[in-house]
Amino acid sequence: MAISASDMRNGAKVMIDGDPCAVLDNEHVKPGKGQAFNRLKLRNLKSGRVWERTFKSGDSMEAADVMDTDMEYLYTDGEFWHFMATDGSFEQHAADATAVGDNVKWLKEQEKYVITLYNGAPLAITPPNFIELEVTETDPGLKGDTANGGSKPATLVTGATVRVPLFINIGEVLRIDTRTGEYVSRATGK
Amino acid sequence: MYDPNNWRSSIGQTRLQKRAILLRRIREFFWQQGVMEVDTQLLSLASISDPHIEVLTTRAKCQGQEQTYYLQTSPEFAMKRLLCSGSGDIYQLGKVFRAEEQSRRHGIEFTMLEWYRLGLDQWQLMAEIEALLVYICAGVFAGADVSNVDVSKNVSKNSALRCEYKSYAEAFQTYVGINPFTATLANLQQLAHKQTGFGLSESNRDTLLELLFSTLIEPKIGLVQPCFIHSYPASQGAFAKVNAYTQADDHTQTDSRDQPTAARFELYWRGMELANGYDELTDAAEQAKRMTQETQLRENAAKLARQTDHRLVAALEAGLPACSGVALGVDRLLMVLTDSQHIDEVVPFGADQV
Repeated sequence: MAISASDMRNGAKVMIDGDPCAVLDNEHVKPGKGQAFNRLKLRNLKSGRVWERTFKSGDSMEAADVMDTDMEYLYTDGEFWHFMATDGSFEQHAADATAVGDNVKWLKEQEKYVITLYNGAPLAITPPNFIELEVTETDPGLKGDTANGGSKPATLVTGATVRVPLFINIGEVLRIDTRTGEYVSRATGK
Repeated sequence: MYDPNNWRSSIGQTRLQKRAILLRRIREFFWQQGVMEVDTQLLSLASISDPHIEVLTTRAKCQGQEQTYYLQTSPEFAMKRLLCSGSGDIYQLGKVFRAEEQSRRHGIEFTMLEWYRLGLDQWQLMAEIEALLVYICAGVFAGADVSNVDVSKNVSKNSALRCEYKSYAEAFQTYVGINPFTATLANLQQLAHKQTGFGLSESNRDTLLELLFSTLIEPKIGLVQPCFIHSYPASQGAFAKVNAYTQADDHTQTDSRDQPTAARFELYWRGMELANGYDELTDAAEQAKRMTQETQLRENAAKLARQTDHRLVAALEAGLPACSGVALGVDRLLMVLTDSQHIDEVVPFGADQV
């Protein structure tokens, strides 16, 4: 299926230079008397690179066979990370290191992730915005120091390192914002 | 999409009042200049041949016959027929329609001010536009008219409005670093590609120049004061006379003095195109030739065929008095005057509310 540049909505997925890309923004550019253009802001779904590119309004591109699916993380065999669809199909997919990328540090068993499938294979994974993870290593907590400043590094069960307040101890479960990699609070214990 | 609860105008009383003041000031100005208001029909049996503008049509039964009517994209052809009929100086303030993408600066229906002045050349007409803008600003910003007037950041009460003038060649020299008349096609392709990712496969010079203009020049001109761009390449002349460029104020481009230019100008303000004007083409044969070329371009691009306005050519054969004319986007002007980011903020109802 082909989509013309002027018909591309934000979120549309198209093939550009052989790579699947997501349209982030589409600005209609119409010079006074001439040809209309569309200035697209694109994200390459393979590399994550975001850039702008202009097309004639009539030009069309192939739609990319890209689909986002909710999946639960199961385990890793060292080479692949295995996920299972949560839609009841129990369909399983193995993501390679390229697809998992930096997000490997947010992978927790039984947690739900969005897996972007390209031609049926995992292209990228997106962790939930907030995730709760246990501290496996940090300097001993300073009792009573619950209010003022100061932070220290802590290693979490997934291997991620985050800055945490001084009062945090090993074994505590923390709520982390995966988009910034920052500590939010102690877990509410749900 | 059609939500019955979304009935209330969201532009607010102040903007609605400013819109009213703007429309009133325009009419006052032309009343004082002795220019007559006309209101030609929105529906026409023929339409423009422009290859890049799509037209809204409507059908109606007329004495048992299905008839296609075109909604006007500008009142230009009808007004020129009035001029040829002996109307004298005229202006029109009203709605025009284009079957285009709706966006921040584009609506399918918008308000246009168009006027024609007999015996004025493009330079005199630009001066009149400047006078109109000064007159409008005095009204829209005057505290006596509305409370809470938010004076535009850029043209304050204290700094008088004064238009800048730049030739097309000068603008390219300053912001792109090339001479638009003499740069090679390969050079334009490379530049466009580098700036926008588009261009290597484009063989039309004007398309490349327009893209470079939109990308590199438009965002940088007229940021404080409105800016006229004049002396376009003849190939971008549309309905302008060719080779009327005689002003000696072009310091940078001695080469382009010999290049065929069109007596066309555009007005830019705050990164937006506000107006487009010409020292009007009066030669019927030349007009017919350009319309045939445009129709051919539409055919080649497999675009919808439209009834060509042969009555315009017939009118020009009878004689169009020497005149200059300009069309100005009223909604966009109000955007500038009220510091609005979206055209929906200055019309009574936004695109999804009509």
